[in-house]
Amino acid sequence: MSPKTLYDKIWDAHVAHEDEDGTCLLYIDRHLVHEVTSPQAFEGLRMAGRKVRAPEKTIAVPDHNVPTTAGREDPSQMTEESRIQVEALDKNAKEFGVHYYPVSDIRQGIVHIVGPEQGWTLPGMTVVCGDSHTATHGAFGALAHGIGTSEVEHVLATQTLIQKKSKNMKVEITGKLKPGVTAKDITLAVIGETGTGGGTGYVIEYCGEAIRDLSMEGRMTVCNMAIEGGARAGLIAPDETTFEYVKGRPHAPKGAQWEAALDWWKTLYTDEGAHFDKVVTLKGEDIQPVVTWGTSPEDVLPITGVVPHPSDFEGGKVDAAARSIEYMGLTPGQKLADIEIDTVFIGSCTNGRIEDLRAAAEVLKGKKIKDGMRAMVVPGSGLVRAQAEEEGLAQIFEDAGFEWRLAGCSMCLAMNPDQLSENERCASTSNRNFEGRQGFKGRTHLVSPGMAAAAALTGKLTDVRDLM
Amino acid sequence: MEKFEKLTGIAAPMPLVNIDTDMIIPKRFLKSIKRTGFGVSLFDEMRYNRDGTEIEDFVLNKPQYREAEILVAGDNFGCGSSREHAPWAIKDFGIKCVISTSFADIFFNNCFKNGILPIVLPQEQVDVLMKDAEKGQNARMTVDLEAQTVTTSDGETISFEVDAFKKHCLLQGLDDIGLSMEKVSSIDSFEEQAAQARPWV
Repeated sequence: MSPKTLYDKIWDAHVAHEDEDGTCLLYIDRHLVHEVTSPQAFEGLRMAGRKVRAPEKTIAVPDHNVPTTAGREDPSQMTEESRIQVEALDKNAKEFGVHYYPVSDIRQGIVHIVGPEQGWTLPGMTVVCGDSHTATHGAFGALAHGIGTSEVEHVLATQTLIQKKSKNMKVEITGKLKPGVTAKDITLAVIGETGTGGGTGYVIEYCGEAIRDLSMEGRMTVCNMAIEGGARAGLIAPDETTFEYVKGRPHAPKGAQWEAALDWWKTLYTDEGAHFDKVVTLKGEDIQPVVTWGTSPEDVLPITGVVPHPSDFEGGKVDAAARSIEYMGLTPGQKLADIEIDTVFIGSCTNGRIEDLRAAAEVLKGKKIKDGMRAMVVPGSGLVRAQAEEEGLAQIFEDAGFEWRLAGCSMCLAMNPDQLSENERCASTSNRNFEGRQGFKGRTHLVSPGMAAAAALTGKLTDVRDLM
Repeated sequence: MEKFEKLTGIAAPMPLVNIDTDMIIPKRFLKSIKRTGFGVSLFDEMRYNRDGTEIEDFVLNKPQYREAEILVAGDNFGCGSSREHAPWAIKDFGIKCVISTSFADIFFNNCFKNGILPIVLPQEQVDVLMKDAEKGQNARMTVDLEAQTVTTSDGETISFEVDAFKKHCLLQGLDDIGLSMEKVSSIDSFEEQAAQARPWV
C-alpha cells in the first residue's frame, strides 16, 4: 500500500460514497451548531419536512451573540435580534432533539472550546460547524472545518458533506521555541510566511518538535488559525498529549471502547514517505513574539519591527497595505512597540482556554493595568471560568484591573455588546484584524495572551520578554 | 436553487486583494434568521457613511455600476468567516458571478449553493477583465457556463475551468440535499459499518 498522510487516512475512513469524478459524500462524526449560522438551516429542514439524521452527533451551543456580563439570563440584556437568534436555537435544539448547552449551563461557552472540553471531539473524527474556526478541532487529529449554512442544512439532513479531497500541505516547525514565544506566535508567523491565501486548496498538517512540545491548548491555537492561512483544515497527529487530554472527558470512550479507540488512534500519523503537495518549514528558535500591524492576519511582524511601507510590497498588496496603514492610523517606519493601545481583549476560540489565562495572569500577577486602559478577560467556557477562579487567576485579573466576564465569543467578532468604538485601538488575542471586525472603524492588533497582558500594563504594544 | 446558464451584464471592478467576509457583510447584519434582504447591506462599511448616506466613490455607488451583475475582484476574495450571508448579500444585490485569481474555500463553496458562479482565472486574464470592467456600463461582459467562457465587451473570449459536478448543479439549479438523499442507502451502509469499526463515535 502506498504511504498515506494523516489527512488521507481520516478522509479514507469517512467516504460514504464516491462518484466517478471524485466527488464524495464524506460522513460527518460531529456536527457543532451555534445560533448565527443555523436558523436558516433548521428552517430549511422544517420547510422540506426533513429531520436531523443523527441528533446524537449534533451539539448546539449559543456563543456569538450572548452577552458576557452578569445577569445575562435576562433576555432584555440582548438586542431584539440577538434574542430572537438565541431563542431560535433554543427552540430548534429542543424540536430536533440535539445535544444542547444553553446560556444557563456552566458548560456553555464558545462552541470550539466546549466540543473538546466535553470530549465530543476525538482523534480521527470528521467535525464540521457553520463557523470557520472549526479548524480548531484539528489539534486532536480530527478533520475539522467550517461550512456554510446550506452545508449545515445538508449535514443536518444527511450527516454527510459533498466534498472533493484537498491537497496535502506540511508545515513543520523544527526545534524549540524561545521563552516568551507561544502557539499564537507560531500560527501567526506561519501565516506571515504563507499569506492568507497560501493554504487555499490544502489541508495543513502541522508537525515538528515545536508542535509536539505544545499542550493541547497550544495545538488548538495553532490549528484554529489554519483558516486564516486559507487552508480547509489544520491537523496535528494525535499522541500521548492528546490521549491524556481526552481521557475521562464526559463523552470520551470508556473501558474496552477506550482501548479499541486508542488502538486506532495510534495508527493516525503520516506514513514515512507520504507525499505532500507543498511544504513549509520554520525554525522554532527563529520565531519571535509577533503582532499584526494591518487588517489581514498576514500583516504580521516581530514586536521588535516597524510598520512597513506600502512600497515594501508587490502587486495588489501595495494598495492593500496603504489602505491598512491608513485604516490603522499608523505611519510607515513607526516602531511597533511605540503603538499606544486603548483596550485589551483576552479570550476567543483562539486564546480563551485555561492555559491562555494562566499565561496572561503570569504577566499580570501583582501588577496594575495602565490608567484609563479598558481591559477584559472573556473565558472560553463556563468551565474554563470556574477553573480559573479555582486557580486564583480571576483574582489576579481583577486585582490588575481587568473585567472578569462570562463565556462567549464577545469582542472577537463583536456581535454582542462587547465592541470597539471608532478608532479605538485594541491588543486582542483573537484571530481576525479585518476592518470593522471588533467594531466599526475599530483597530485590532492580534497578539498572544502574554503580549496582550503586557500591553495592558504598559499601554503600548510591548515585548512580553521585557516583563519576564 | 436558481439556475445559472448564461449571463450578459455589467461587470464592476474591485481590484483590492483579500476582500474578506466582514467587508462583504459586517457582522451586525448576521442577526437575521432569514436568507434574504442582505443586498442593501452588501459592502456596508465601504459603501455607506455612518449616517447612512452613500460614499460616492465606492464602485457600486457609481451610476455606471449600480446595476452590476458581475464582480471582477482582487486575489483571495471571500476570505474569513464561513458566513453564507456573504453570498446571500451578493446575490440579493444582483451579482451572479464573481471573477478573481483565487477565492477562499468556504466562500467558494457557498457561492455554488446559491446560484452564484465564482470563476478563477490567472492574473493576466483577470487583468484583462478588470480593464474591461473599468470601462463602465456600456461595456457588457458575457459569462457562458455551458461553454465555460467569459467574453469581454471587445469580443475577446477567455476560457475557465469549473468542477463538472458543480457546473451540472448550477446549470440545472439542483438542490444538493435532494441529490444526496438519493444516495441514502450508501450512507446507511457506511453508518452501519462505521458503527462496527468505531463504536465510540
